[in-house]
Amino acid sequence: MQPFTYQRANNVKEAAAAVAANREARFISGGTNLLDLMKLEIERPTHLLDISRLPLDSIEETPEGGLRVGAQVRNSDLAADPRVRSRYPVLSQALLAGASGQIRNKASTAGNLLQRTRCFYFYDRNMPCNKREPGTGCAALEGFNRIHAVLGASEACIAVHPSDMAVAMAALNAEVETTLPDGTIRTMPIGDLHRLPGATPHVETALGHGEMITAVILPPAPPGRQLYRKVRDRASYAFALVSVATVIEKSGDRIRSARIAIGGVAPKPWRPLEAEYVLAGAAAADSAFTEAAESALAGAVGRGGNDFKIPLAKRTLRQTLAAAVEGA
Amino acid sequence: MTETTIPEYRSSETGTGPVGQPIARVDGPLKVTGRATYAYEHAVNGAAYGYILGAAIAKGRIAEIDSANAEQAPGVLHVMTYRNAPAQPAFGPAVTPTVPEVFTRARPMLNSNRVRFYDEPVALVVAETFEAARAAAGLIRVRYEEERGAFDLPARLAEAYAPRRTNAGFETDSAVGDFDGAFAAAPVTVDATYRTPYEHHNPMEPHATLALWSGDEVTVYTSAQTLANFQAGLASTLGIPRERVRIVSPFIGGGFGSKLIVHADSVLAALAARVLRRPVKVALTRQQMFANAGHRAEMVQQVRLGADRDGRLTSICHDVWSATSGFEEFCEQTAVFGRSLYAAPNRLTRHRLVPVDLNRGEWMRSPGEAPGMLAFESAMDELAEKLGLDPIELRIRNEPTVDPEQGVPFSTRNLVACMQEGARRFGWERRNPSPGRIREGRKLIGYGMAAAIRPNYIGAGTAKVAIDATGRVTARLDMTDIGTGTYTILTQIAAESLGVPIAAIKVELGDSRFPRTAGSGGSWGAASAGSALHHACNALKERIMEAARSSDRSPLRGANDVAPIFVGGEIRVGDRSVSLADLIGRIAPHGMEVTGSVAAARDTESYRTYSQHSYGAHFAEVAVDSDTGEIRMRRMLSVIGAGRILNPKTARSQILGGMTWGIGAALMEETVLDPRYGHFVNHDLAEYHVPVHGDVPEMEVVFLEEYDDKANPLGAKGLGELGVCGAGAAMANAIYNASGVRVREFPITLDKVLPGLPATAI
Ligand SMILES: Cc1cc2nc3c(=O)[nH]c(=O)nc-3n(C[C@H](O)[C@H](O)[C@H](O)COP(=O)(O)OP(=O)(O)OC[C@H]3O[C@@H](n4cnc5c(N)ncnc54)[C@H](O)[C@@H]3O)c2cc1C
Ligand code: SF4
Repeated sequence: MQPFTYQRANNVKEAAAAVAANREARFISGGTNLLDLMKLEIERPTHLLDISRLPLDSIEETPEGGLRVGAQVRNSDLAADPRVRSRYPVLSQALLAGASGQIRNKASTAGNLLQRTRCFYFYDRNMPCNKREPGTGCAALEGFNRIHAVLGASEACIAVHPSDMAVAMAALNAEVETTLPDGTIRTMPIGDLHRLPGATPHVETALGHGEMITAVILPPAPPGRQLYRKVRDRASYAFALVSVATVIEKSGDRIRSARIAIGGVAPKPWRPLEAEYVLAGAAAADSAFTEAAESALAGAVGRGGNDFKIPLAKRTLRQTLAAAVEGA
Repeated sequence: MTETTIPEYRSSETGTGPVGQPIARVDGPLKVTGRATYAYEHAVNGAAYGYILGAAIAKGRIAEIDSANAEQAPGVLHVMTYRNAPAQPAFGPAVTPTVPEVFTRARPMLNSNRVRFYDEPVALVVAETFEAARAAAGLIRVRYEEERGAFDLPARLAEAYAPRRTNAGFETDSAVGDFDGAFAAAPVTVDATYRTPYEHHNPMEPHATLALWSGDEVTVYTSAQTLANFQAGLASTLGIPRERVRIVSPFIGGGFGSKLIVHADSVLAALAARVLRRPVKVALTRQQMFANAGHRAEMVQQVRLGADRDGRLTSICHDVWSATSGFEEFCEQTAVFGRSLYAAPNRLTRHRLVPVDLNRGEWMRSPGEAPGMLAFESAMDELAEKLGLDPIELRIRNEPTVDPEQGVPFSTRNLVACMQEGARRFGWERRNPSPGRIREGRKLIGYGMAAAIRPNYIGAGTAKVAIDATGRVTARLDMTDIGTGTYTILTQIAAESLGVPIAAIKVELGDSRFPRTAGSGGSWGAASAGSALHHACNALKERIMEAARSSDRSPLRGANDVAPIFVGGEIRVGDRSVSLADLIGRIAPHGMEVTGSVAAARDTESYRTYSQHSYGAHFAEVAVDSDTGEIRMRRMLSVIGAGRILNPKTARSQILGGMTWGIGAALMEETVLDPRYGHFVNHDLAEYHVPVHGDVPEMEVVFLEEYDDKANPLGAKGLGELGVCGAGAAMANAIYNASGVRVREFPITLDKVLPGLPATAI
């Protein structure tokens, strides 16, 4: 870990400006990801701006009937909030399926969205990695890539975005509110927050340097049944190999609408819109679920170790859709 | 919820003593209140902190190392590299001349520009703080001349060689009868090849050391399982006599075999402390432990079983190919247990090694049985199915009457009783022999079992007991408690032997100034240190009685004809009795101190004339998700026959821990070696998976009543590692029973069962 200076933020605008003023400055929130990265010198900020005490830790009703979740709301608190549990159960389920109790107590909403990949090679400075050091190559491409992406990846990087929470938020059409260094506030759909790697895997988000996430806005709860299903190597405290968040609304024997987000398979929460079209208006039966699963994974590319994720994602999707419909 | 059945035990002395009671850990309160001081926590004035920089390549030479920037960095006191490290003896041959020397040989650090394995130390930075040392390590620039390393095992079996012996000095091969002929003629055969992966111990407490010199003597606070070996190894490395090295290790946060020899932390702390004339602390980071603190090697195992149609084995062959470090051989005794397990007239076991460019393999919990029984007990399950026999019945039909290779009787062997008792308690009759038939919702449910066997060892050792004029007893040995409960059982043994309450006993361990023992390893701790202490207590009683019978001040003077009984804090001789404290106060106001010893088992007649092992049977129920292939343990039972159980509570914890290791080995533990770079890819605990609470739902342990009078005076046999042996195979067999998919490549992760799962309807 390199020496760094530390500053506690007094307000959002000042914090954003302070980080913007220094290329090597970073926001720190719960620190559960950033500190690990600093110890390994994957990230080497010279200045930390601690935003964890800013009053962004409340969950408020929006005039539209949704919820505004402050960037500093802890993962545990968000999962336990009665409004979240009753109106956005998929979000609560996803949060509780992530990390461990201790980590969730520290982890913030914004930090969770911006946590970095768990690619083994990214975490080892001796290995080539385009994300860590652009132009050095990607060790995972022909290496041990069991946990890597089958969708949305590129020849430059096949890393997965590891968040569970973000997958549920993607299915809920959440919006991310940010403050720019000049004080301007903007919002973007969560689907626009993370970028696909293309040739520049080190550019991970649409945020500018010093741009701070202040809230996640959940639109009014969508009609229908919500469900999160996480597939992992052990019963708890493991990242998703594949996860599925879904919101399904039924009308009689038919599906009126369906939203799907898949985790563990792509550099960002993956919304397979084609699969959602397949389901819209279809009979709520295995044929539709299977067809949706096939179309969701139609463009998937395996790299050897992660080939199994393609059938696994299809099977998980099919079964999760069926289970959601059953209760819808 | 877990439960344990605690049968009643006879007590060797009085029938009512503390041995055999489920006494809670005597060191528990210290540990849960944070007052047990571990190696890195020892506070001394003026300690400096070292941080190790590891090699970025797996094989080659350091062409250039530039530490100027690091030396200038704030707080840095010293940067040690091969260019300025104190002289140390050369590493020596890959195989030591004798078995014990592997523990005591010099293990020099930073003594050459050669890089032998990835992350091998290339520099030590010592600074005023850990953080300053770590930051400065990042400033060292190293240019390497890299050479091509060899890492693959399965593709290089043709390059394998036969070592002179296996770990612990067993024969490399064993052969009885004519395996090839019998196997060719057998009407029913299994010929299956299994793979087991690299695994890492990952004790909770990382390897850590504080070294302090005083003149030419060094005191080393470290986390070690076996102090005498540690002391000898460090002395050889530093080139000083053993007497000048003191090792202190009273509390150890787990070892599992990874703390039997010196590692980089202790050697570098001692070297740097001498150079700087200041105490120095060095700890390995979790990531560094993967290359620098031992591992279990990858193996390929071929098991061939031939049987006649009614299930009697005619031929058994277990062939093992293991990776080994090229510069220091380690041959895990993977096929050795099979030499004593089942009867068959024609038998063959062989161990072969393939050198790779890695650090040496080390002893990892239950060396031999842990990987070997995964394969062998899976093969037995495969054979049972081919024969249409229940797996327990198959094992019963092949129960030997004498040790099948040594030809000597067993001391005690209750394998069949363990299996039968287990079957009854587990509801084995509910198992459907046809796989894939039991469903609960979308889960496939399966049952599996496997046998467990583990040799009983005793290592030579001595214990010292002292009693003071108030009747307080102190026992001292250089034994260690690595979390197993040694403090507690030794307290019980002394209390029982001397007939005093637990509270009157103080056991002091973990200091090389105390009498030498074999330490903690090989499940021999309780029996070895316990026997030494038992003998010491007997010697103390004799000394007390001698004095009591002859002293003018003794109320027992002249009580020569009747045997004394030490009980309830008193000595009773016939109808006379006196309080022990009172007596000692009169006859030995300055107290008394004696020692007692135990010889290594292999030097005893009893060990040559009896085959001595602990046994058990594991039962597992698993659920396999029919959609995703996720495998979860639902229920597990182990029935154990391991001699007299000294403390059912600590013994149960040991077995539970072993069973949990079995879950890990069966379902998730694997360190992946990238053959391009020679590094362990998933080298942290986020990606090297061990079971978490959610993976360990319901476990039951049952101890059969047993007393092994051939093993040692306590009647106990080793059990620390028994819980692992076969536990993973029971799970693997349950997975097959649940899903119909036989995976022969461990761990059995969902991607390996997924392709074989039947199609499911929604
Ligand atoms: C062992 C382990 C297992 C885990 N398992 C899971 C899992 O199964 N599922 C899962 O989803 N997650 C898992 N996690 C990850 C965990 O959820 C994240 O570490 C956590 O959510 C990060 O939040 P934080 O507040 O600690 O972020 P920090 O570490 O403080 O910050 C992370 C990043 O976000 C930036 N940042 C933080 N706040 C803001 C802001 N307001 N605006 C702009 N930038 C900001 C920081 O600069 C930094 O780059 C696991 C983590 C560990 C260590
Ligand atoms: S997948 Fe991405 S993060 Fe991983 S090594 Fe390749 S470039 Fe780096």
